[in-house]
Amino acid sequence: MTVVAPAIAQVRPRVVVIGGGFGGVSCARTLHMLDSKLDVTLVEPNRIFTACPRSNEVIAGDRAIEAQQFGYDKVVAGGVRMATQAATKIDAATGNVSLADGTTLGYDRLVLSPGIDLRFDALQGYDEAAAARMPHAWKAGEQTLLLRRQLEAMDDGGLVVISVPANPYRCPPGPYERASLIAHYLKTNKPRSKLIILDSKDAFSKQRLFQQAWQELYPGLVEWVGLSQGGKVTSVDAATNMLVTEFDKHKADVANVLPPQRAGQIAAIAGVTDRSGWCPIDPVTFESRQVPNIHVIGDACIGGGMPKSAFSANAQAKACASAIVSLLAGSAPSVPKLINTCYSLVAPDYGISIAGVYQPKNGLLSDMEGAGGTSPLDAPLAFRNQEALYARAWFDTITGEVFG
Amino acid sequence: MTRRLARLAGHLDIKVLVVALVVVSIGPALAASPPPPGAASCSGCHAMYGTASSAIPSIHGRDAGEIMDAMTAFHNGTRPATVMGRIAKGFSDDELRLIAAWLAEQK
Repeated sequence: MTVVAPAIAQVRPRVVVIGGGFGGVSCARTLHMLDSKLDVTLVEPNRIFTACPRSNEVIAGDRAIEAQQFGYDKVVAGGVRMATQAATKIDAATGNVSLADGTTLGYDRLVLSPGIDLRFDALQGYDEAAAARMPHAWKAGEQTLLLRRQLEAMDDGGLVVISVPANPYRCPPGPYERASLIAHYLKTNKPRSKLIILDSKDAFSKQRLFQQAWQELYPGLVEWVGLSQGGKVTSVDAATNMLVTEFDKHKADVANVLPPQRAGQIAAIAGVTDRSGWCPIDPVTFESRQVPNIHVIGDACIGGGMPKSAFSANAQAKACASAIVSLLAGSAPSVPKLINTCYSLVAPDYGISIAGVYQPKNGLLSDMEGAGGTSPLDAPLAFRNQEALYARAWFDTITGEVFG
Repeated sequence: MTRRLARLAGHLDIKVLVVALVVVSIGPALAASPPPPGAASCSGCHAMYGTASSAIPSIHGRDAGEIMDAMTAFHNGTRPATVMGRIAKGFSDDELRLIAAWLAEQK
């Protein structure tokens, strides 16, 4: 019997998952749960993950960064092998991933969940050096703390400017939640200050709810300048903290610049990005439209109607894992249906939400008509309080499922 | 080895037989029943192994009829909700029945 054991071990299908965030970890764990015979390896160079959802509360001074941080001990204890290395190369022809330490992982199916890269070539004057002066804080961690320190150091009466890119980008309502919570901090601590949002678009997620809340909670403090009012930032100068738009210049005391984004670098290396910088996928299997046997989930994929959110990444990860188990077994994957729910806080106890239900249609994940939408405009305060509670409970649930 | 096995071994390659026995002894993969469309998304908010302290109720392992009643009421707008009314409208009765049955199995 012992003679034949290795022969069986060799036929265990190998799945490599790259990216230790909400998408990658959920996918690796679901694969292992659905079929414990699979050989699943999660590739992630960092030992600690710092979550973006709720990081705006860290910026506003209401939450410690440590509350955003999670390790992988329970992921490994649950049966997922981990390679604490960066993936450097993907050879799709032979089915191999090269790691920074020189080792190679073979795969039958590869899942990429690399999140976003910030484009330091897209906004004139905004490169990595400029980000040390004008933080993006769009990947949680040191940048989050930098923006927090700048707000703390700013004098009362200062000007905060947030520059927001055109779609698509990570977390569509995120910039407006950030503006709200910074406004809350300013109103409480530095009430003579002002916050301007310079936007590269004319409409945004949960817009009416945000604008209603700003008028109600932060009158005269928050100003939103949309694209058609000249809100698009065309260049920045980090030396003077200046943001230049088509018609105007804004010298900020604190400048938060969210640059355009694209799929994480490894997606381009794998050849799964298109000219947009994001990854077209089959909406049933999440398999790349460009390279067979490579699946892309989370912020990096072109999710159709699904926003780039942690909730989406987690839901897509589970659907992708089911599809991979079917494909490896030689059966047809079932057609998925997915949900997304995103909460935003406009004040610590004032929450709003947007939800959607999605299914494959015309080759994309499409928003189901008649379902989803935002919180009502005319809801009582108790409703907003309840959604703020749910926002926090959601974070605890999802991080518990992914990392706990 | 019994006479019958010995006779079989005479006809078959013994290695094939051993492999067959090993496979039988391993049995089918210990797979959880796959979630029907939509069901896997629920645990994004409703903890699979819920803690009593969460503001969001646990639904896994609850009675299927109870889940179905709640979802139907959310779908019809007869039960007050923040977000569940918006989500329930994306599912048909047939889909909801499958989801409720699967959730009830997850204990």
